[in-house]
Amino acid sequence: MASRATQVVPLEDVVVECHDAKTYRFSADGEPRPGQFLMLWIPRRDEVPMAYSYLRNPMGITVREYGDATRALAAEAKKGYRVGVRGPYGNAFAIEGTRALAVAGGVGIASVIAAVEAFAEANIPIETAFGARTKDELMLLDRLKVAGAVHLATDDGTAGHHGFVTDVAAKLLAGGTFDMVLTCGPEVMMKKVVDAANGRGVPVQASLERYMKCGIGICDACVLDDRLVCADGPIFWGEALAESKDFGHWRRNICGQRVKA
Amino acid sequence: MADLRAEVAGVKLRNPTLLASGFLDETGGSMLRVFNAGAGGVVTKSVGPEPREGNLNPTVVELPVGLLNAVGLPNPGIADYEAEAKVAVSGGAAVIGSVYGRDAQEYAAVAKRMASYDVLAVELNLSCPHAKGLGTEIAQDPEAVEEITRAVKKVVHVPVWSKLSPNVADIASFADAAKRGGADAVTAINTVKSMAISADLKMPVLKNGYGGLSGPAIKPVGLRCVYEIFEAVDIPIVGVGGIETGADAIEYLMAGARAVQIGTALLRRGLDVFPRACAEMSTWMDANGYAKVGDLVGAAHGK
Ligand SMILES: Cc1cc2nc3c(=O)[nH]c(=O)nc-3n(C[C@H](O)[C@H](O)[C@H](O)COP(=O)(O)OP(=O)(O)OC[C@H]3O[C@@H](n4cnc5c(N)ncnc54)[C@H](O)[C@@H]3O)c2cc1C
Ligand SMILES: Cc1cc2nc3c(=O)[nH]c(=O)nc-3n(C[C@H](O)[C@H](O)[C@H](O)COP(=O)(O)O)c2cc1C
Ligand code: FES
Repeated sequence: MASRATQVVPLEDVVVECHDAKTYRFSADGEPRPGQFLMLWIPRRDEVPMAYSYLRNPMGITVREYGDATRALAAEAKKGYRVGVRGPYGNAFAIEGTRALAVAGGVGIASVIAAVEAFAEANIPIETAFGARTKDELMLLDRLKVAGAVHLATDDGTAGHHGFVTDVAAKLLAGGTFDMVLTCGPEVMMKKVVDAANGRGVPVQASLERYMKCGIGICDACVLDDRLVCADGPIFWGEALAESKDFGHWRRNICGQRVKA
Repeated sequence: MADLRAEVAGVKLRNPTLLASGFLDETGGSMLRVFNAGAGGVVTKSVGPEPREGNLNPTVVELPVGLLNAVGLPNPGIADYEAEAKVAVSGGAAVIGSVYGRDAQEYAAVAKRMASYDVLAVELNLSCPHAKGLGTEIAQDPEAVEEITRAVKKVVHVPVWSKLSPNVADIASFADAAKRGGADAVTAINTVKSMAISADLKMPVLKNGYGGLSGPAIKPVGLRCVYEIFEAVDIPIVGVGGIETGADAIEYLMAGARAVQIGTALLRRGLDVFPRACAEMSTWMDANGYAKVGDLVGAAHGK
């Protein structure tokens, strides 16, 4: 729970990744590790958590245009546009094992891409199962392919397996040779991946999302059971998630009420 | 070994370091975790009559000297909070329930409900500097402090602690108002009204503009407030503001506090802040011939 000041930085590059996501690059202090996140201040709008998709300056985040703030960012942000960043926050993926499988859904790829590269750099063979609604949303493929084999899935069948990425992942896991799984994406997807890996006794790390206010472990907004997603996470091991009452079932709304996920 | 047990207006605590309101206390699981880490007790998030979203982000700014926040009292509302309080209380935590409202009636209604959750005391947040229409005006008006405290005292059976704002000219007069209203203790201080500006963006960083400062920067302010109240009003005091170490806590006790609360120091020391501050207190007390916490209370006065 370290102390990190807000840095206002100009965007050095804005890259369109697909019809509803862009990567924003900037230079800032700090040495994020794979899976860590920052709080992105979109001036006059909001401040929201984002994973680092590029770790070294110019660092980067890959943002899906999801709601008011992220849409406003996409509409307004050009090279030179200034945003506030504070971080890195949270824990990082453990880069260990002898053969790893990353399972990503949608913009969840932004949280795992740096880890996939870190596995490759550490000479741990890594394959990625990556699913999205449609072909256009399968982003960052070039980087994934440099790191290792990539298995695709789309809901509409425009690329790879026609159906869920969890089916692809289940098949790969049934091969029996992976001894490390990492995952990020919609929680229903991660729940399936975690259950499958736990069922086979394969260590699994999942990067979770919860509503965040402070990002630094004081406000209790992002709680999962009695853990803080911003400070104890965002990455949790499968063993802990197997015991969780909240994972896959409950989240906290902006008032802190426990509601169905 | 020094005896670290503390007592505030009949509330017995295993040690004098409590979790301050607003930190890891919106949920029962977190409160229990903090208590089990070694806190003498936990003060809940300030809870109101209805669920409340709080302010939009950015709501916190980390500064070298402390923390600036304008979270704006987000909370699940007193009805949903029953489940949270229950988790903490049934887990064995010593819980003090913090509440707020718009007026004396609302404070009383929420406090009554909170007291029914088996908390050891109720703390009235009469001092939030950044929730519009709540707290700010009350914090500036000794009559409102007296009236609200009295209304709550009428309906709850547990001790009532009135938490005061430092953003006033004479905090002792507010402690006196709380006492007239029947408060069993006062808690001082809440955050100090403050601001951060981004020169690059030419605008305040907090979405709310203003916020409240906490952490090391406000320790001298808190000490002064506790000292002034102790001089002027005969009422038990709970000290809060910038406490990180056992030495900080001892200074507050010597200024006149019977127990202390810790919040922002979680950032630098994590949950270990409670056992570490206690160990530091104990070591200092042993070395300086103090056997009990009570022997330190007000020791800096009358010199
Ligand atoms: C640790 C972490 C890492 C993330 N990494 C990425 C990433 O790399 N790329 C990406 O596109 N998205 C990421 N997200 C999700 C991203 O934060 C939300 O998509 C974004 O906040 C939406 O903001 P909005 O204002 O556009 O949407 P809104 O219209 O405000 O809300 C839409 C939904 O966004 C989510 N959301 C809004 N505000 C917050 C907040 N303060 N904290 C958490 N969730 C919020 C909620 O689920 C909300 O229902 C991450 C979230 C977390 C917790
Ligand atoms: C993020 C945050 C939220 C807070 N929420 C509350 C609250 O709900 N009720 C309250 O009485 N005080 C609240 N406070 C004030 C603290 O309880 C405490 O008085 C103040 O932070 C000074 O103590 P510290 O320096 O140890 O943090 C909050 C403070 C912070 C930083
Ligand atoms: S966002 Fe505040 S504790 Fe996690």
